[in-house]
Amino acid sequence: MEFFVFVCASLMILLGAVGVIVRKHPVHAALSLVLTLFGVAVLFVAQDAHFLAAVQVIVYAGAIVVLFLFVIMLLGVDRVENLRTEPLSAQRPLAVITCLGLLGVLVAAIVNGDGALNERGEGINLPDLQNGPDANTVQLAESIFSRYVVAFEVTSVLLVIAVVGTVLLTRKAKSSVK
Amino acid sequence: MIALSLTPTSSWYLILSAVLFAIGTFGVLVRRNPLVMFMCIELMLNAVNLSFVTLARELNDINGQTIVFFVMVVAAAEVVVGLGIIVSIMRNRAAMTVDDMAELKG
Repeated sequence: MEFFVFVCASLMILLGAVGVIVRKHPVHAALSLVLTLFGVAVLFVAQDAHFLAAVQVIVYAGAIVVLFLFVIMLLGVDRVENLRTEPLSAQRPLAVITCLGLLGVLVAAIVNGDGALNERGEGINLPDLQNGPDANTVQLAESIFSRYVVAFEVTSVLLVIAVVGTVLLTRKAKSSVK
Repeated sequence: MIALSLTPTSSWYLILSAVLFAIGTFGVLVRRNPLVMFMCIELMLNAVNLSFVTLARELNDINGQTIVFFVMVVAAAEVVVGLGIIVSIMRNRAAMTVDDMAELKG
């Protein structure tokens, strides 16, 4: 069963990822991105990261992709890009070689390191009768709000800075308004 | 029926995330629309998140899932700032590609 879920989610992820880089239209690329993000959320559920799967769907597939589509709409850049033109000669062959090399190195490392890890954490609670249905959320919350509470607060500062910075960046200069 | 009795090990998940990361890298290197390049960066971030969650399960350690939470928050902030920059640059020239953004060139 887990195999079946894995194959379906992998197909979603890979089809979506290829769609992002081969679709000419930016809106189609953004919709392919949604497919990939949902596939990743499915794999999160398959690996008992239920809270992260929910956040993945809400934040990524919801907020971030909507932001992309909103910017595409706002700028009116939804014109088709000609993918045939290659601005730098030999850019694509070099990119193919780089990515295949990267993939080869990563896969070699994964295959070599297979089984080298041993469990050393305190355990991930699974939702069952003893832990309740929200075990993953509870455990993640305990981790974030106790051990990593400083990082959590710094993250909120980062978000405020990002919002204020974006407002400043996209605001028109005062002289040009009047 | 043999296939249905197979259970994916964490190596399968890690290889899938490596493939996803390579596809994202290829997109960043090849595409010229800044918005699509941004989407490819999102693909790479998702590949890393997937491998974090896989290793959290492998190590039986919740901290791998905690860091994915922080990666998501920072990714959201990054998208907001990056799209703000793209909007402020492309407001005047809509049909732009990254090759045209050479303002800082000496």
